[in-house]
Amino acid sequence: MNDRDDNKNTNIIEYDTAKPREKSEKQRTADKFKEKASGRPGETLIELRNIYKIYHMGDEDVRANDGISLKINKGEFVAIVGKSGSGKSTLMNIIGALDVPTDGEYYLGGEDVSDMTDDELADIRNRMIGFIFQQYNLLPKLNLLENVELPLQYAGIGAAERKERAMKSLERVGLEKKWKNMPNQLSGGQQQRVSIARALAGDPSLILADEPTGALDSKTGKEVLGFLKELNAEGNTIVMITHDPSIAMNSKRVVQIMDGKITFDGDVEKYAAII
Amino acid sequence: MLQSFKMAIRSILGNKMRSFLTMLGIIIGVAAVIILVSIVNSYMSTVIESFASMGVNQINISVTNTASRSLSEDEMYEFRDENTDLFEYLTPNVSVMMPLKNGNDIMSSSVRGYSEDYMGIKDYELYAGRNIAYSDIVGRQKVAVIGYYTATELFGSPDYAVGDRIKVGNTSLKVIGVIERQAEDDDDFDEGGTDDFVWIPYSVAMSMNGSSQISSYIITSRDTDHADECTEALETMLFQIFRDDDLYTVSANSELLDELNSQIAMMSAMLGGIAGISLLVAGVGVMNIMLVSVTERTREIGIRKALGAKRSVIMQQFVMEAAVTSSIGGVIGIVLGSLATGAIGTAMGIEATPTPAAVAVSFGVSVGIGLFFGYMPASRAAKLNPIDALRSE
Repeated sequence: MNDRDDNKNTNIIEYDTAKPREKSEKQRTADKFKEKASGRPGETLIELRNIYKIYHMGDEDVRANDGISLKINKGEFVAIVGKSGSGKSTLMNIIGALDVPTDGEYYLGGEDVSDMTDDELADIRNRMIGFIFQQYNLLPKLNLLENVELPLQYAGIGAAERKERAMKSLERVGLEKKWKNMPNQLSGGQQQRVSIARALAGDPSLILADEPTGALDSKTGKEVLGFLKELNAEGNTIVMITHDPSIAMNSKRVVQIMDGKITFDGDVEKYAAII
Repeated sequence: MLQSFKMAIRSILGNKMRSFLTMLGIIIGVAAVIILVSIVNSYMSTVIESFASMGVNQINISVTNTASRSLSEDEMYEFRDENTDLFEYLTPNVSVMMPLKNGNDIMSSSVRGYSEDYMGIKDYELYAGRNIAYSDIVGRQKVAVIGYYTATELFGSPDYAVGDRIKVGNTSLKVIGVIERQAEDDDDFDEGGTDDFVWIPYSVAMSMNGSSQISSYIITSRDTDHADECTEALETMLFQIFRDDDLYTVSANSELLDELNSQIAMMSAMLGGIAGISLLVAGVGVMNIMLVSVTERTREIGIRKALGAKRSVIMQQFVMEAAVTSSIGGVIGIVLGSLATGAIGTAMGIEATPTPAAVAVSFGVSVGIGLFFGYMPASRAAKLNPIDALRSE
């Protein structure tokens, strides 16, 4: 890694937002939205309109999401809280473009994601969303740098730039010296930091964290939450899914889900008052 | 593409034992195809070679019933001279009924009457002395050209044979020439072998038999490509004489060669096909392992898809892995098969070299197998739902 930035003390990293690959009309539109979104904090990033997700279980229809409407603006830190079976995971899958709703519309950065094909969804995930999973979901046979490089690789970014950006991302979470290590050589907290680095590498519009502290002890959990706050303070939009109201208290806005419906949506202070 | 190639290599190295076992099927299949096809081809080409030395351009004519109508040597020579563009050598072929004697012992050497052309037909060279001459035939000279083995047996050494006399039945013949040794191995240099013969002028053979008619001729075509024309011309001529095609037979050695060639082709296709089945089985093995690999790596696929890998990318990764696995197997199989072909050839006492076609085909097939049998597992992987895949442990 000779070409890497030697200035390790700085936390502010300027990414080159111009992507080198050829852009389709659609992508260009998306980029426009992205520029707009990052340009003006407060602009709508996520808009869910009457989202239904219905699973057929035998003769019964299970309404995992039962008419959810929600707007999240650029720069927000939102916690989606709900008990197991409340439908919050289904909602996260839809927000994360991992799944499409049975009915309703979902706009992410102005693009209608509701009825995209598999490959279009993959493209949206790649360009706009950085995932942080409960189980970290690092690939065990790749070293840290290669893990962080993955989303950039799927974006079609060349090897040299990929390495540079991935290394900067690792620096951001303070693990640049361990880039050669394999994930299983790290502690849980460190692995989660690598997965944060991976989420950041593609410079996404949205960071989607699914129970990010679920597999961590309370101390490292706090560190990770602190990190998310820091990222939010830098202007990143964060949506965090959790079952634990006390974790949700770290966010700025809480959306509570119960039986597939939103039962509360408001500032964290107001949420604190009701629990 | 390069990326998925690297990933494939990595995955193969990451699972050495399994990759090796998967390859083993391909290795055995490819090696079997190469060994069987190459050995059969090499063996058959030695057979053909020895057959060719018997004279592929030779056409044998035999008249089955000489009582009603005969075929004189004048008629045959006339025919040959009219068709010199088609035919080259001609000789009557007269079997002598009496045996060659060595003192009081009877030898089993073949004794036959030929014209001066016979040495040309056999493409033999003289070791000593001279060939039968036209004048010997016309003058019914009691002379003989003998084989190297015959000369050695009768006179101790072929060097002392010329000028000495041999006895066939009660007739004494003067040895005028000895033919060079033909047998390469000492095993073949034996009684009744290629070097054990006595040639005498056919006129002498006829008078020794007490017959006035010739029932068998050997004629050679100028070139084997026109063998069919030659046979046709002969049959036309013979039919004009005999007016009944049951009274004579014309058999060209080239026909036998054609027959032999087609049998070889069939045999090598059959053996190749049997070995090919083992390649097919190997392909199923590749598919099986790839399916296991996909199942095992469901979570990995889920992560990759979540991070933005499109179907084609996942597809490419698994197809590439299958293709690389079976190509490596194919290369190893070719190397082992080629080495084994040489070794088996040596053991069989023939010069066996791997047939380039067999090498090319079996390599192509092994890559094809990887692509074909890798496709199904790969498309299963590509279609995995990222949510389900992420949920799997």
